Amino acid sequence: MLVNIFGTSPVQPLEQHVNIAYQCTKQLIPFFEAAIAGDWEKAKEHRAAVEQYEHEADNLKKEIRKHLPKSLFMPVPREDLLELLLVQDKMANRAKDVSGLVLGRKMRIPDAIAKDFLLFVQRNVDAAKQARKSVRELDELFTTGFRGAEAELVEELVEELDRIETETDQLQADLRAAIFRIESHLDPVTVIFLYRVIELTGEIADMAERVGRRLELLLSH
Amino acid sequence: MDGQLWYIGLAALFGLFMAWGIGANDVANAMATSVGSKALTIRKAILVAAVFEFLGAVLAGGAVTSTIRQGIVDSSLLADTPELLIYGMLASLLAAGCWLLIASRNGWPVSTTHSIVGAIVGFAAVGIGVEAVKWGQVVTIVMSWIVSPLTAGFIAFLIYSSVQKLILRQEDPLERAKRYVPIYMFFAAFTITLVTLLKGLKHVGLELSMTQSYLLAMAIGVLISLVGAAVIRRIEPNRKIDKKQHFYTVERVFAVLMIITACSMAFAHGSNDVANAIGPLAAVISVAKTGIVEGRSAVEVWILLLGGAGIVIGLATYGRHVIATVGERITSLTPSRGFAAELAAASTIVIASGTGIPISTTHTLVGAVLGVGMARGIDAIDLRVVGRIFVSWVVTIPAGALLAIVFFYLFKSILP
Repeated sequence: MLVNIFGTSPVQPLEQHVNIAYQCTKQLIPFFEAAIAGDWEKAKEHRAAVEQYEHEADNLKKEIRKHLPKSLFMPVPREDLLELLLVQDKMANRAKDVSGLVLGRKMRIPDAIAKDFLLFVQRNVDAAKQARKSVRELDELFTTGFRGAEAELVEELVEELDRIETETDQLQADLRAAIFRIESHLDPVTVIFLYRVIELTGEIADMAERVGRRLELLLSH
Repeated sequence: MDGQLWYIGLAALFGLFMAWGIGANDVANAMATSVGSKALTIRKAILVAAVFEFLGAVLAGGAVTSTIRQGIVDSSLLADTPELLIYGMLASLLAAGCWLLIASRNGWPVSTTHSIVGAIVGFAAVGIGVEAVKWGQVVTIVMSWIVSPLTAGFIAFLIYSSVQKLILRQEDPLERAKRYVPIYMFFAAFTITLVTLLKGLKHVGLELSMTQSYLLAMAIGVLISLVGAAVIRRIEPNRKIDKKQHFYTVERVFAVLMIITACSMAFAHGSNDVANAIGPLAAVISVAKTGIVEGRSAVEVWILLLGGAGIVIGLATYGRHVIATVGERITSLTPSRGFAAELAAASTIVIASGTGIPISTTHTLVGAVLGVGMARGIDAIDLRVVGRIFVSWVVTIPAGALLAIVFFYLFKSILP
């Protein structure tokens, strides 16, 4: 029947996936608040939520891939969509990695940097949120054929995403400097892992930025 | 002629069977997009389809019917054995009907036109002789099967590109849509009406000059677009949903347009496909009644009515389920895209059936959908399925021919 020539559209699922990835990173805020307060029971609960979302994102990723066979004819290259999906998924992966590391070692974030650290996490989550906002324009982009007013709107959204990412880079540098100032008072192993936690958290915004790059690439076709 | 009642009875039965099959399966292609986009409820879609399929069949179905009836087989060779033509046409109807039934049971996207043309060519070439087939005409028909999807695709590409440029890519798509959609409505109504009028409506007692036809088509076009514009003006933007889906209200404007193109599509389908069922029927009746093969009389209106009725019955009994299933799955063809495909396909089909060439509505619509896809209008088209449609294109002709040959020899041995 004629209807079968319509392949499963990847658009709605991609928008769904980015939302799950964002929800996953968002759990990091209460997670770190609990960790800083030393409430490991509560941290464990939030970590379970992170895992739950990450798992969900993973399953949806596999589902989307399954429905994007090479025989599909789409307005944009299939590879670009798969790459977009991959970086979206990595936002969730990083949230899972960092929460796992912190919970596993029951790491205390030093009080001296706790406030700045929470702000840093918040801005990384904001980057993920902006990535979600941008990807949610995907259906409109498909409707307009990736041109015109809608494309300009997405470009603006991605620019804002870039600004947030630049800000997280600055916050990350400041945090490193702050740790450097107090590291002689800390256990060396803890210091090593503190750097690692900051790095992993910062990668959330990096991945969000790459989501933006991928969207821009779709616009340029 | 001996056995006249037998022949006419059987032909009417087989013809109805095939018309039923066309209504049950093919019509879904024309109406499902409107149901899927919620432009029409199922009940309204069936009503619209019934009315316009019927109108298309009765008003514009004559020319294609004549081609199927007289254009493929060189009947002068059968002057001494008119019963051979009757057996052949009966066999063709039954063969095409059976093949359609087998195909739709298995979900193969086959064309009714290809089935019946394959069947007629098959029985004539094998049952009577290769020289009995008007090969020139057959080549023209087959060429049209390549040209019509390409044409529809090209038109669909142009229409959808214009929609993108004029409406979707602008800062104020809703205002633009309200301004331009009535123009598309005019274009749809004008084209369909004009082609139908130019082809002539003598058989329903209406004779118009060229100028009169143009004026009448113009008037109907303006009328439709005025009514459409009035309906569109009453659409209030839903700010809440628009914020999440920017084109929600815009698509609702296109949904009104889609009702008109769906009517056009049903009309076009009726004008082209009803002939597949009643062309052979008309041939049998004319031969059985007069005993001579060379019946130059126009197709009688009651035969067109019978075909139209068969389609409507098929639509009402089985077609509604098909429309419901297809409509649910066709959501990626939003009204702004669906109308472009439908308008392109309908124009192509009506023009083709005006010249009497039986084309495949299914394949024309596939061509139109691909045209919208080429304009980057469709999220994902499965090329494997497109490939399968092309395979069925090729398989259907020998399958129809083979079945027709079998039935032909069967009828030859058992009928009086």
